[in-house]
Amino acid sequence: MVRRIPSWVQGWLWTSPWWAGFLLFLLVPMGWSLYISFCDYPMLQPPVWIGFENYERMFREPAFYTVLRNTMLYAAIAIPAGTVTAVGLAVLLNQKVRGQAIFRTCIFLPTVVPLVATAVVWYMMLNPEIGLVNRSLRSVGIAGPLWWDRACWTMAALVLVSVWSIGSAVVIYLAGLQEIPQSLYEAAWIDGASRWRQFLHVTLPGLSPVILFNVIIGIIGTWQIFALPYVILRMGTGPDQIAYFYTTYLFESAFRDLKMGYASALAWVQLLIILVLTGLVFWVGKKRVYYRGG
Amino acid sequence: MVGIGSRRTIGTAMTYALLVGVSMLFITPLVWMVSTSMKPTTELYADPPRFWPMQPQIDAYGAVMRSESFDFPLYARNTLVIALLSLAGVLVSSSIAAYGFARVPFRGRGLMFGVCLATMMIPFPVIMVPTYMLFKYVGWIGTFRPLWVPAWFGTAFNIFLLRQFYLGIPRVLEESAMLDGCSRWGCFLRIALPLSVPALAVVSLFHVLTVWNDLVGPLIFLSHQDQFTLALGLHFLHSRAGDTPWNQMMAAVTLIVIPVVVLFLMAQKTFIRGITTTGLKG
Repeated sequence: MVRRIPSWVQGWLWTSPWWAGFLLFLLVPMGWSLYISFCDYPMLQPPVWIGFENYERMFREPAFYTVLRNTMLYAAIAIPAGTVTAVGLAVLLNQKVRGQAIFRTCIFLPTVVPLVATAVVWYMMLNPEIGLVNRSLRSVGIAGPLWWDRACWTMAALVLVSVWSIGSAVVIYLAGLQEIPQSLYEAAWIDGASRWRQFLHVTLPGLSPVILFNVIIGIIGTWQIFALPYVILRMGTGPDQIAYFYTTYLFESAFRDLKMGYASALAWVQLLIILVLTGLVFWVGKKRVYYRGG
Repeated sequence: MVGIGSRRTIGTAMTYALLVGVSMLFITPLVWMVSTSMKPTTELYADPPRFWPMQPQIDAYGAVMRSESFDFPLYARNTLVIALLSLAGVLVSSSIAAYGFARVPFRGRGLMFGVCLATMMIPFPVIMVPTYMLFKYVGWIGTFRPLWVPAWFGTAFNIFLLRQFYLGIPRVLEESAMLDGCSRWGCFLRIALPLSVPALAVVSLFHVLTVWNDLVGPLIFLSHQDQFTLALGLHFLHSRAGDTPWNQMMAAVTLIVIPVVVLFLMAQKTFIRGITTTGLKG
């Protein structure tokens, strides 16, 4: 019999790819990031300790409030719009009718389209002059909006595009719907509940844990929005524009202005905001979510 | 009064109407993309818009590939090189680590796995700056390495997905093999790995899509146009699109979208299974 290696050595060996990567590409960078968030670090010279100056500067900078407002506004619209659409689509795709596979494919397909491609296609679709949307509106006598020139329409357009790529949330809701026992619907039907009441009192409570999960994923996702507005508005974003988001600001502070210390401070505040928001949603949600058998 | 039968027929008809309407809304931008790419310049601005060109042609594809701003074969090659190098790493490292988390008992395993899951919640922007500085420090900026080397250390998402799969394999298989003198490593190679091919397919599919989709990584880490990936190349083309006609622009987009759409249509079941296992049990 071979001499046995102690189990903890075995365990650490097996999981070594993960913890080595965790140390190298997460823990060390995050530690370094925390350190330089207290430094003035313009990349070319070594970092100089300046205490809380970066954090204090953030709150003096008007651009910080702009990106905070824009990002919160986007999250506040895109998450509810996405949730309602995804639940609605999942219910629709869960109906027992022929040809459902084709409908499902159509709705999931946009999800696999790369974000840059999505951005360019929608930039064209919503072009005020030659875009399909405005030209179709024009042919029925409606003057379409200047999508990318007006703040509120740009915001609406970004939400529209995010809803278009909602497919993976729909898949998760669809799987959630199939876990709800049919007997509950039968019982509700016998009690004379209408379809709408069945939706309110059986479907929604049954889906609530999945909704909570998706809202949390949504918060993390919307706070990171970057590529879509960055590509659509062709980098030429300014602090006065509605599509100037938190991550865009962080990106430009780091890679255009080369203020690595300031950008790191922004990153830590972003992480803190996301943690607080998800924690809050989780805490509020836990009381309202219905767990079967729990 | 409406009978039950006819009421049900009306219900089904409405369901169909909604399904067809919604599906068309979702698919229209993609059809419009392909149709625009095949329009001759004269038809681009026709009013009212024609959904399908009268004289479809593929000239725009040749034109956009010949233009200096969009070297499709080169960008495709770069994207594939990065995708394959990182995919090999993801498959090797994630499956080993996942097997450890699933089958090798040791003190602190639960805590370690918890930390692993928690890292999935950390947004990339938070580590973007220090990661850039790390790769700058080792002189990897302007090479493909920042885009594939980290994949060799496993990614939390894939470790989680594979661990769930390994937990579903009956323990009896490995226990009897170990009684016959098979080592832990042998069990992994000869039992767990062959059985997990469907899960590895999910991991591969998602990984290739992620690489295909990634803009921020190439944007930060690459510096020369001859290293561009498809996503970055398209962004570059679009950002200076003043002189690119719409049909050529859409030809470029179509070239990037078609491979993933084909991949998705071929592996739709794998794709859906991946989303549901990670989404529901997470």
